Amino acid sequence: MKRSMKSNLEVSGIYLIILAMFVIILYPLLWAVGISLNPGTSMFSAKLIPDNWSFDNYNWLFNDPRSEYTLWYKNTLIVASFNALASVIMVGLTAFVFSRYHFVGRKNTIYATLLMQVFPVLMGMVAIYLLLNLVGLLDTFTGLVIFYTVGGLPMNIFLVKGYMDTIPRDLDESAKMDGAGHIRILTRILLPLIAPILAVVALFTFMAPFMDFLTPRIILRSPEKYTVALGLFSFINDKMGNNFTRFAAGTILIALPISTVFLFLQRYLISGLAEGGTKG
Amino acid sequence: MTTEHTPTPRASRVSPSSGPGSDLGANPGTRSGASMGANPGASPAASRGTGSGSGLNPSTPPGASADANPATAAWLSVIPGLGQYYNRRWIKGTIFLALAVLFAIAMTAPLINGIWGLITLGDDPAVDDSRTLLVQGILSAIVVVILAIAYALNIKDAHRDAVRRREGFAIPSVRKAFHDSWEHGFPYFIVVPTFLLLTMIVIFPLLFMVLLAFTNYNLYNSPPAHLLDWVGFENFAQLFTESIWSRSLLAVMAWTVVWTLVATSLQIALAFFLAMIVNDPRVRFKKLIRTVFILPWAVPSFMTVLVFAAMFNDTFGTINRDILSVFNVSIPWLTDPTWARIAIIFVQVWLGFPYVFTLVTGVLQSISKDWYEAADVDGGTRLAKFRYITMPHVLYATAPLLIMQYAYNFNNFNIIYLFNKGGPPVPGQSSGATDILISWVYGLTFDQNNYKMAAAISIIMGLVVAFFAFYQFRRSRSFREEGMY
Repeated sequence: MKRSMKSNLEVSGIYLIILAMFVIILYPLLWAVGISLNPGTSMFSAKLIPDNWSFDNYNWLFNDPRSEYTLWYKNTLIVASFNALASVIMVGLTAFVFSRYHFVGRKNTIYATLLMQVFPVLMGMVAIYLLLNLVGLLDTFTGLVIFYTVGGLPMNIFLVKGYMDTIPRDLDESAKMDGAGHIRILTRILLPLIAPILAVVALFTFMAPFMDFLTPRIILRSPEKYTVALGLFSFINDKMGNNFTRFAAGTILIALPISTVFLFLQRYLISGLAEGGTKG
Repeated sequence: MTTEHTPTPRASRVSPSSGPGSDLGANPGTRSGASMGANPGASPAASRGTGSGSGLNPSTPPGASADANPATAAWLSVIPGLGQYYNRRWIKGTIFLALAVLFAIAMTAPLINGIWGLITLGDDPAVDDSRTLLVQGILSAIVVVILAIAYALNIKDAHRDAVRRREGFAIPSVRKAFHDSWEHGFPYFIVVPTFLLLTMIVIFPLLFMVLLAFTNYNLYNSPPAHLLDWVGFENFAQLFTESIWSRSLLAVMAWTVVWTLVATSLQIALAFFLAMIVNDPRVRFKKLIRTVFILPWAVPSFMTVLVFAAMFNDTFGTINRDILSVFNVSIPWLTDPTWARIAIIFVQVWLGFPYVFTLVTGVLQSISKDWYEAADVDGGTRLAKFRYITMPHVLYATAPLLIMQYAYNFNNFNIIYLFNKGGPPVPGQSSGATDILISWVYGLTFDQNNYKMAAAISIIMGLVVAFFAFYQFRRSRSFREEGMY
């Protein structure tokens, strides 16, 4: 009797904590949604539950001639697609070589790549700017994609290499015996097995341009080439509060698809990250 | 002058992919061929550049002269190609020679110009842009290093072929050589281009930044109006002796350490605790609870940090206006250093705990029930079970990822910058109260245009990061497993 009382108390305590966490987690998210439904653009008058809620801000983003939101969205889709494609190909090939081949200089190359991973790319932004300027890639999507793809290489290579290391080598050894070439071993034998982690890489590299405002801010100059994060950031930058409702509406439209995909794929994400992390 | 220099980097960018590429391809090919003993004398380099020559057999008889002298071959290839001629590998030799001549003609002047620019940083502000000269200089230096490696490989190649000839291996046909080079040089076909790209996008900017720390580049002395000069360690001296800099550096470093340790540890502790209680068998709706708990991770942080910044806004933020006004208090979240720090740590814990929560939950579910049942039989207390079963399991599986979290927060620029741009400002310092090293560097670079100091601080930061990274890698499993295959 006493024992079950204690147990009940405990469970109630647990539920109470979980409830508190729910409030803390959901409040900011709901607040953002509420703000985006306020009719005006000012945050001074904006409320969590608007007096007369409306989709004005969403409407403005898509239908107002001054809004470049759809253009930004399209730009970001282009950059994101090419980034994901290029990343998956380069990461897959390099991780394959690192995981499966013994070649002169392998160890040093791996150390060098590991070391590159730890320096934040932000430190070299001035140089990137000058370099892209010199080769005429400033203010182009090509420059942005190259930067994203190559900058993300070290981390992604190790993610995939770690995962690939867990796949028995007997498989590709026997394929080799049967006369399969390098590329065939990769595409026919290993690709189906590493597909989950490559999907993670594709997802990460696809999502990155949607959330990064910093790199485009340095590389892109003309507003018609802005990515969506940079464009939204320009809504609130310098004049905090002025366009916050529009900003909220715009970001919610990015956050919704990303969060949904994320929640669906989280099982793969976790197993992929754990494999790559502990064994990479 | 500027226009004269423009071709330099263009030419230099071409060179890595054509010149040394083929040489590097040659080395592994022949080398692994030798170790396998199956395809002796493979000549990948000869084939790689020559689409036209494929199918032609070198006119030398197979099998070879026992009098081939490796030393002679090596000495001859001081002029690339001659050593290969000596080995009677005519096509390979011709390609090497042609490449050498081409590079000598096309690259000598730009490379010398590049190095000259790197040393002088220009001598006439009207025509020289020191930044461009610096970029070209670094690129030239990189090209010189690559060419030197290619040159060394060329000599090595001639030497090795001669050794092999003396041992009586046949010289392969071009077609076979081409096949062999793909067969054995495959890793290099992938790794070399990848590394050239990494060199451009990752290593080059780091080199540039390192060099910038030894110049006098800031807002008042910036190209194109002025020329830059090398100033040695002056910036570092200033950083440690001038009070505005040394005080800022100390404050930022202290806060960076506190921020990294406190924010990360809190998010790990909270995640661990929540994962434990949600995993309790008596708790229902586990799936729903876990989905909600993952939301802060799923929603892009770009959005949530800015939303939090608005929520914490002193005057119109919802925290002061809607929540704290109930208790009739108003806290200066963004203008008071201490409150700003508390707020930013809170935001990071909110953002960061779901990742760790998910990791820990995964491990908790994989711990076999037998452990706990055995503990029950032995009369183990709850604390003992946690201490001796749960903790070791979780830490063993997640430790590397948890350490990565510390590293991540050390460089967590986004939250600091988006939340309050490193502010509020602190009198007598060039940094804000919540500035960590990386955001301070960003502010110095892009807001204050004080490039030299930003670069000097970056170097200090880079050294710290590299030290810990090296230490961590040495302990990590991947490092130890290296060399097992």
